[in-house]
Amino acid sequence: MGKRDYSPFGADAKRAVDSGLTAAEWYHTDVPRKVMKDLMARSDGPAIRDTILLYGLMLAFAAGGIATWGSLWTIPFWLAYGVLYGSASDSRWHECGHGTAFRTPWMNNAVYQISSFMIMRNPATWRWSHARHHSETYLVGRDPEIAVMRPTEMGKILLNFFGILDVLNFFPTLVRNALAGPTPEERTFVPESDWSKVRRAAQVHLAIYLGTGAIAVATGSILPLMVIGLPRIYGAWHHVMTGLLQHGGLADNVIDHRLNSRTVYMNPISRFIYWNMNYHVEHHMFPMVPYHALPRLHAAIKDDLPAPNTSIAAGFAEMWPALKRQMRYEDFFVKRDLPPTAKPYREDFHHYVPGMMPANPAE
Amino acid sequence: MPWIDACATDDIDQEDLIRFDHAGATYAIYHGVDGQFYATAGMCTHEHVHLCDGLVMDFTIECPKHNGQFDYRTGEAKRAPVCVNLKTFPVRVEGSRVLVEVA
Ligand code: FES
Repeated sequence: MGKRDYSPFGADAKRAVDSGLTAAEWYHTDVPRKVMKDLMARSDGPAIRDTILLYGLMLAFAAGGIATWGSLWTIPFWLAYGVLYGSASDSRWHECGHGTAFRTPWMNNAVYQISSFMIMRNPATWRWSHARHHSETYLVGRDPEIAVMRPTEMGKILLNFFGILDVLNFFPTLVRNALAGPTPEERTFVPESDWSKVRRAAQVHLAIYLGTGAIAVATGSILPLMVIGLPRIYGAWHHVMTGLLQHGGLADNVIDHRLNSRTVYMNPISRFIYWNMNYHVEHHMFPMVPYHALPRLHAAIKDDLPAPNTSIAAGFAEMWPALKRQMRYEDFFVKRDLPPTAKPYREDFHHYVPGMMPANPAE
Repeated sequence: MPWIDACATDDIDQEDLIRFDHAGATYAIYHGVDGQFYATAGMCTHEHVHLCDGLVMDFTIECPKHNGQFDYRTGEAKRAPVCVNLKTFPVRVEGSRVLVEVA
């Protein structure tokens, strides 16, 4: 395939549509309807518990940080607060955007709006980009949420561990959205009926940032920005770390999530921050299943999936060399073995993907 | 419009749906929380996805692909990314059979 063109107006986007790739049916593991219904069932309990815990901890850490401001004791408070603000907000944004975290719609919406603000995403735009990410996961030029484009630019990845590029991209877009609604790229996936919502949300977010900035200037302290805004930088690392593992180093332009997504076993704290999205193949195959049921879904279908990476470190050990190799060979990807119990990859569906057939250098 | 025998009443659990194909078209038949039966077009109006793999909650059917929601009694689109309403069809029960008046 060679050089990739990630523009929504580019040659790869056009090829994905013309070849029928965007309309193709994705692979799903067979799960009996009764089991799936049970897994999909919604409830408010787990997400209310986790939300009280999350916002309670944020208040406590911020209070601790403010109380100890000016001493070294303040550092651990801000490190903890920052991860909850700059990383846990990503998973809350994600799960509430799907509408699966809570059974009650207003609860999903409330947490979605708060998280969108913290993670610096326009709530009206990103709802649509994420729908596209699910329909056309890692189809080049079509999926607006490809975290690592090929050839890999390591500098960009490292900068984003501190949210630098995200934040630098966010503010100009925020101002453009506040003044004129969605950008031309955003208009390719946000329907016209929602353009005014994009604008209104941007105006609200902008007003909060301007207000916080004004307080910081008036008080001559960055403390207000430590609470609002900056944690998106100093607390981003966890969501970047887990986010890279979702699809990094795996195939693109395929229609089987077992080839382009990664499930990684993680420690309980990371799973709380990440809201179980470490079961990422499962989430993509069955986005209706709420985060709290993903461990059960994993148990139900794991015999049909590649073996999960056993830790974050093991996931990075698989992914990082692949990302480095993709700096030079754009077509390289890690093709993981399936267990003997799994339905094989449909290589005939993917014959256009260089390396899909058995001569893959990963094997 | 013809009334078509679609399924038996006990083919569908309460608060669930099944897919029903007839004459090249696909439908979704629901057994509502109120005990009544309902029918809509079988495909989501957002993308080409069968609703039969979705989740019925109260009077809502949620699409399995992007969690768009419709009220299956009226077909009304209730949650993004669906914007276009779903077509609905009259249903009646005769004995233990569910009949749908297809367009
Ligand atoms: S296909 Fe149904 S919501 Fe997208």
